[in-house]
Amino acid sequence: MQLIVSFYYLGGKGSLRVYFRLRNQSSMWFRYVLADKKDVVGLQEQVFVRKVIELHDKYLAYVNDCFQNHTLFHKALKEAFEVFCNKGVAGSSSAELLATFCDNILKKGGSEKLSDEAIEETLEKVVKLLAYISDKDLFAEFYRKKLARRLLFDKSANDDHERSILTKLKQQCGGQFTSKMEGMVTDLTLARENQTSFEEYLSNNPNANPGIDLTVTVLTTGFWPSYKSFDLNLPAEMVKCVEVFREFYQIKTKHRKLTWIYSLGTCNLIGKFEQKTMELIVTTYQASALLLFNSSDRLSYSEIMTQLNLTDDDVVRLLHSLSCAKYKILNKEPNTKIISPTDHFEFNSKFTDKMRRIKIPLPPVDEKKKVIEDVDKDRRYAIDASIVRIMKSRKVLGHQQLVMECVEQLGRMFKPDFKAIKKRIEDLITRDYLERDKENPNLFRYLA
Amino acid sequence: MRRSSSKKTGQSNSTSASITFSATDLFRSASSKASSKEMERIDNLFYSYANRSSGMIDPEGIETLCSDMEVDHTDVRILMLAWKMRAEKQGYFTLEEWRRGLKSPRADTVNKLKKVLLDLEKEVKRPSNFVDFYTYAFRYCLTEEKQKSIDIESICQLLDLVLGPHFRAQVDYFVEYLKIQSDYKVINMDQWMGFYRFCNQISFPDFSNYDPELAWPLILDNFVEWMRAKTT
Repeated sequence: MQLIVSFYYLGGKGSLRVYFRLRNQSSMWFRYVLADKKDVVGLQEQVFVRKVIELHDKYLAYVNDCFQNHTLFHKALKEAFEVFCNKGVAGSSSAELLATFCDNILKKGGSEKLSDEAIEETLEKVVKLLAYISDKDLFAEFYRKKLARRLLFDKSANDDHERSILTKLKQQCGGQFTSKMEGMVTDLTLARENQTSFEEYLSNNPNANPGIDLTVTVLTTGFWPSYKSFDLNLPAEMVKCVEVFREFYQIKTKHRKLTWIYSLGTCNLIGKFEQKTMELIVTTYQASALLLFNSSDRLSYSEIMTQLNLTDDDVVRLLHSLSCAKYKILNKEPNTKIISPTDHFEFNSKFTDKMRRIKIPLPPVDEKKKVIEDVDKDRRYAIDASIVRIMKSRKVLGHQQLVMECVEQLGRMFKPDFKAIKKRIEDLITRDYLERDKENPNLFRYLA
Repeated sequence: MRRSSSKKTGQSNSTSASITFSATDLFRSASSKASSKEMERIDNLFYSYANRSSGMIDPEGIETLCSDMEVDHTDVRILMLAWKMRAEKQGYFTLEEWRRGLKSPRADTVNKLKKVLLDLEKEVKRPSNFVDFYTYAFRYCLTEEKQKSIDIESICQLLDLVLGPHFRAQVDYFVEYLKIQSDYKVINMDQWMGFYRFCNQISFPDFSNYDPELAWPLILDNFVEWMRAKTT
């Protein structure tokens, strides 16, 4: 009897049905529903990835135990999983879903409450699933972005798990895949040492002291995701902090340039409310806005925007977090739930909470679009580099051959689009790296 | 003035009837005195249009020349003339270029120039010359230093001018496509030449022998896709 096993995925809007077909000689079809929408409780990503892992475990067991580990069945399993793992669910790619899944396991207060052992096992399985995904570079970028947030906002639950998954990823995908992430983890360790030196410097130079406790984390640009740095108008007190650190850093290292990313900073502010004094843990952006009210009782949206020198998007987000969310530190006029450019704000002196210390979250911007943009950009460079490398060594090569070798070279990280490769070839022709052969337009020549 | 049927009449006196010529004639000098007189007249013709201070024929001069020849300055035959001269800068003719272009047809008067234009059309049409002319047309429109591409608008006009008479349907459709697509804002030499090969090699309008897996420029892949979508 011949058993043809094939899996396929039917993704509708938000649906989570995965079917498999088992066809025996009489061509009977069996359907197994992976997960129905009504089964979904909690985060869809978590459920989806969990179910995929379960499905994989189940069929891997069949292949191993029932089909004696036969290569044909391994191949069928691999091909099937490659097909549906590369389709997205409800607008998110599986690369993103996997990265979010990892983030939820690794962060403090994540949705998964598992034992250390269970975490290790799950991470192992997730990494195995990554093998089926062709957009590995997309996963890496999402993973890196979420890792950055965990590291910088002190949201990482367990250092060992963080390191462990990096080791597994390295084994599976090679050192190049994890080198940046490892660099990020190292940066934090170095940052702690650096901070100690900085504090020593301050105690040795008391007149340099800015009067505020300052912790600076210096990130090596190449390792971390790219962040746009906006020219936030810092409150005067913080400006001094920046200057002091800059002086200190100049003494330490002369050849480096510091770019300040205020969007990633946190501030502890003391708020003197009528009922009681409270400590507010906010982002630097929120702090800068709040401190404006030390010198003005009432400010309009546009005054705030001008004084802070931020974009509308940022201003709306931060004002919303301070006036329309759980903790109303500012009173908004009119008292609607949406920030509009005609609003006015006042310090809410009557604010209080049963806690002495509260954290006022600023929801992060949706990173998805930027991640995809960044990955697309990196892919263009990677394709360029690959084409140049191939042509440099072959000198003369036919178009189809070039495309084939390019796809092979880049396959570890992503599956390049044929059209994208053609576009890069054309670009390289314009930039005089290559030329088309005069006699045979399907042949390219490397131009030294 | 009757046309002489003989071609090799270089010996005739310069004061007698006009000399018949064809652009492929080799210039045979009867006497150096006669030829230098001719050269002098060719030069004088140049100077009658040239700008006093720059010593070159500038756009204004060209316009005057065109109206004297009763040809519109956007006419493709002016481009052909520039090709014949191997003119480097669009809108300008230097003395050297002028001499180069007018020497062999021996055009030393405006009337002769008019006839030059007629013959040029035939000369350019020859397959061996056409590719050269087609390539030249593109380069001629690169007006800035280091410029390598031409904007879509200009390309559409150039295609219509240069290739339209030979491949009317392909050019019309391609121009339509160029105007509605947004992937490319400029066209480079490789794409320009690619389109010429396309017109020559690919069966139109079915594109039955078009293979996007070959090294056709991507813009042509997209064009064929668009055309196919239109017809279904």
